[in-house]
Amino acid sequence: MDILTISIIIMAILQIGAAIYAVIQKDLLYAVIATSVISLILSIFFYVLQAPDVALTEAAIGVALTTIVFVITIRNTERHEDKRHVKIGNKIIKK
Amino acid sequence: MKKVIVLILLAVVAYYLVDVFSQIKFGENRFQGENVRDFYLDKSKNDLHVSNSVTSIVVNFRGFDTLGEVTVLFLAATALGSVLYRRKAHGEAVLFNASTIVRSGAHLLFAPILLLGAYVFIHGHLSPGGGFQGGTIIATGFLLMLLAYHDYKVSHGVLTWVESLAGLTFASLGLTGLILGKTFLENFLPIGTINDLFSGGIIPIIYIAVGFKVGAELTGVLYTMLNEKEYKKS
Amino acid sequence: MSLGSNLDLLTVTFYGTAIALILIGLYAALVKRSLIKILIGLSIVDSGINLLLVSIGYLKGGTAPIFSPAVIDKNPAMVDPVPQALVLTAIVIGFAVTAVALALVIRLYRHHKTVNIDEIKNLKW
Repeated sequence: MDILTISIIIMAILQIGAAIYAVIQKDLLYAVIATSVISLILSIFFYVLQAPDVALTEAAIGVALTTIVFVITIRNTERHEDKRHVKIGNKIIKK
Repeated sequence: MKKVIVLILLAVVAYYLVDVFSQIKFGENRFQGENVRDFYLDKSKNDLHVSNSVTSIVVNFRGFDTLGEVTVLFLAATALGSVLYRRKAHGEAVLFNASTIVRSGAHLLFAPILLLGAYVFIHGHLSPGGGFQGGTIIATGFLLMLLAYHDYKVSHGVLTWVESLAGLTFASLGLTGLILGKTFLENFLPIGTINDLFSGGIIPIIYIAVGFKVGAELTGVLYTMLNEKEYKKS
Repeated sequence: MSLGSNLDLLTVTFYGTAIALILIGLYAALVKRSLIKILIGLSIVDSGINLLLVSIGYLKGGTAPIFSPAVIDKNPAMVDPVPQALVLTAIVIGFAVTAVALALVIRLYRHHKTVNIDEIKNLKW
């Protein structure tokens, strides 16, 4: 068990956790940030797997451009997945 | 009920995926005898004198595929423009400039980001990187300026010209091979010595053209999406 | 930098992460009702498939497929460049598809004022 293997396993757990968080989170803005975390860890994995070209592409497209396109869409549509529950402060209000 | 059906479906997919990939050993040397990996690596090193073999596959061995891919990107940019088309904007946009710190930082970083993008796609045949990566980095630079200034304008005419010229360069370099009596995208220029900047024949030229084309297309996509604003009801 | 001797553990890690990402994304795309959530799920599936393809091409002790001046004379074992070229294409096309899909979502929102697919009933624009 060298340090690289341990850090890869930790990053894999983080990645799956971010994926589950992105699916269950009702606030879409947080979900999009979680997908960009998935892409960031994926780009580190590509570098470890000796694919620097793919790592560069994933870092530029997956982390920056995909996130910004999702954020623009959320700005123009609605932020919460379930429109009946709107969060104001710490309270969740049912419409 | 629906979730149960979905979970059963996912279990079937998971079973087959695990079943298939448990038979492919990770990191095992599967390349015995004559195989495609050694063929590409050998050709890239000895026949094309290109040190980054991913570049030689993307641009030379599968160059026709890349031409199709660039066309798909162009179609995506065009489709985006036509889907988001609005006859006229009613009312005024509710957007503000970013703070002074963001604007000064964006001004400071804009030129180095463009320079980095150009470096990445010019050295695409020597080091990791290439047209797609460099073009994306250039689009990120324009994104920074678009976020810092709400009235930053990118000329659609210039973007169209850059994109068309780059696409024309790619297609005409491919057709020159046909005119010389060889195949489409034949490497007809002298290949030089490996690990020089001027090596690999037409490969660096094509990747530079791809870099300009991808940069222009992605900038156009981002500009169209960012111009889709929430308008006040007037 | 080369991966250590625990190849069995790494097999489970890389393949397992990729398959888990594919399944989580598929679940989101099938169960969720918000169009933006469905697209987030599809982009997670994309990430998983890319990781799966690149980890198939990995070779133990192999270097990146670049003949830089430091390694060109040593003739080292290299990883498979073909899946890498494939994934390079797939990432760029994936971004283009996502952008067009999100533009369609914005267009749908302009007409229906909702992105929930249960509330969008008529097929007319």
